[in-house]
Amino acid sequence: MAQMTMIQAITEAMRTELGNDENVLVFGEDVGHNGGVFRATEGLQDEFGEERVFDTPLAESGINGMAIGLALTGFRPVPEIQFFGFVFETMDAISGQMARYRFRTGGTKSMPITIRSPFGGGVHTPELHADSLEGLMAQQPGLKVVIPSNPYDAKGLLIQSIRDNDPVIFLEHMKLYRSFREEVPEEEYTVELGKANVKREGSDVTLVAYGAMVHSALKAAEQLEEDGVSAEVIDLRTVSPVDYETILESVKKTNRAVMIQEAQKQAGIASSVAAEIQEKAILHLEAPVMRVTAPDTVYPFTQAEGVWLPDHTSIIEKVESVMNF
Amino acid sequence: MKRTLENIENQFETFQILNEEGEIVNEDAVPELSDDDLKEIMRRMVYTRILDQRSIALNRQGRLGFYAPTAGQEASQLGSQYALEQADYILPGYRDVPQLIWQGLPLYKAFLFSKGHYVGNQMPDGLNAVSPQIIIGAQITQAAGVGIGFKKRGEEAVAITYTGDGGASQGDFYEGVNFAGALGGQNIFVVQNNQFAISVPVEKQSAAQTIAQKAVAAGIEGIQVDGMDVLAVYAVTKDARERAINGEGPTLIETLTYRYGPHTMAGDDPTRYRTEDMNDEWEKKDPIVRFRKYLESKDLWNEDEENKVIEKAKEEIKAAIKEADNTPKQKVTDLMDIMYEELPQSLKEQREEYAEKESK
Repeated sequence: MAQMTMIQAITEAMRTELGNDENVLVFGEDVGHNGGVFRATEGLQDEFGEERVFDTPLAESGINGMAIGLALTGFRPVPEIQFFGFVFETMDAISGQMARYRFRTGGTKSMPITIRSPFGGGVHTPELHADSLEGLMAQQPGLKVVIPSNPYDAKGLLIQSIRDNDPVIFLEHMKLYRSFREEVPEEEYTVELGKANVKREGSDVTLVAYGAMVHSALKAAEQLEEDGVSAEVIDLRTVSPVDYETILESVKKTNRAVMIQEAQKQAGIASSVAAEIQEKAILHLEAPVMRVTAPDTVYPFTQAEGVWLPDHTSIIEKVESVMNF
Repeated sequence: MKRTLENIENQFETFQILNEEGEIVNEDAVPELSDDDLKEIMRRMVYTRILDQRSIALNRQGRLGFYAPTAGQEASQLGSQYALEQADYILPGYRDVPQLIWQGLPLYKAFLFSKGHYVGNQMPDGLNAVSPQIIIGAQITQAAGVGIGFKKRGEEAVAITYTGDGGASQGDFYEGVNFAGALGGQNIFVVQNNQFAISVPVEKQSAAQTIAQKAVAAGIEGIQVDGMDVLAVYAVTKDARERAINGEGPTLIETLTYRYGPHTMAGDDPTRYRTEDMNDEWEKKDPIVRFRKYLESKDLWNEDEENKVIEKAKEEIKAAIKEADNTPKQKVTDLMDIMYEELPQSLKEQREEYAEKESK
């Protein structure tokens, strides 16, 4: 076992799959010689050559359109979108095209593509570099949307995503890239897509989070413990499709739930999970399902992000109002 | 300061082999085609014209769904398709159903595509193609990917994609030709310039005098061809294919053509944007009339031959529409089953709901 940061675990996952399957290709802007702007692909071009790990022209729609064509010729592409705020440039290639290919070809052609992309706030980026846009992706049937919260999951989920025969949007929270290390097995392993993880068991309230917010939820849970509130923390890991079974099982035990997302409040993952809980488990609930989210504005890059982003204190406040309802 | 635009534009001439009278005007460029090949090309064009007439009629009777008329564009569509091999990959636009048919798509499937049935999108074994793209230009970046994939695999095959003059204004057009150039794709990009993007004339699409010259900025070959001359279209496509496979890079082909009918059968009225004079002028260039004259001059074609093709087309179309009508209707649960390789937990429940509705 080795101590790894999340970004090292991500590189390791790509190295593993480039080694396992000659059809795996890694490409995007600056991913070749430079190893990616975050060094996620560091060393991969040297190891696997320019035919398999390569720089593309600077055009996001072209990158993902090309990925589709490469998939049609039997490759397993792993394109990178340098920052997920640039996804607007390639919405058609993703939502209009690759997500629909299996359907559009009557189930005869699959799109085994994994689009990796950094996202998430709190790292003082310019505009359109930090936005949480997973909700846009989750609304598109045909896609899977995966967001790891730690190095171990990142490696196992990315290997599984690359092996999956449906298109996966693999979003990497920038704040987690190098914020901590943990034990990550050197050998290959997978983490199932579409399966949530109970990170902490509790009996009074269920906190559902993903990405960096998992850590805020865990921090909140620790403080709540001191106040005598036992919080269960669920890490979704895959935000589309959502593992409702694990969530409902937990809520039926705790009878209270708080949804946590870094994205704006309107039309996100938190809202759809909250709706599902109320449809399926209303009689188990002691209080309304509440949401902790960012406000419905565009992302306030750099200046006001500290206040804009939800954190453990906003989670604690919401839990208190659920407990005292 | 040296100005270059005029010099570049002057170099793009329209390539032609057969003139409007069906006479050879470019002897050196006449492609090597046997008499059987020439007759087969004629047969396909006549058949496709009948298919177009029947499809329009079937659409008006409510027996077909989405349909984009093809008459006028036969030389562009079938001349380029005839230059392909079975290993090649076609990424068509929505008007490019004939190329799929002659490359191996059964007629009833073309009708099912029109009716929005997913079985129409299932290509038979041996046909390397995707179904016609609806989003203008989205197939161009994908075609670059297929062409780059062929190069990576060392395959003797090209990816050919079709769009129109409007499609050449899309960002995806520029991105696709640029990617193919930069990454060495084995590609042919065909722009069928039929003069109008629905109602907007080509002059309003771009300040560029030709669409072919857009190749220059991508560093690839570009050629403008008389798109009503099937021999010329065949010859430039054949040449582009050979160069692509020999590692000499992709080619952008602009075919000058005209659609006689409306944009689609969904209510477009071409009299709002085209004049009778303009229609007459283009009909004088008709690809079938011209090629018939050429073949007749070589004693390869006569009225009898043509009538045989027309009768055969009518019979086959009748059988194919029947087969399409007899295909079991598509269900919502069918669609759910092909959204993902495996049905996700969350969709299973919705599937049960619809399976129950469908069982009633």
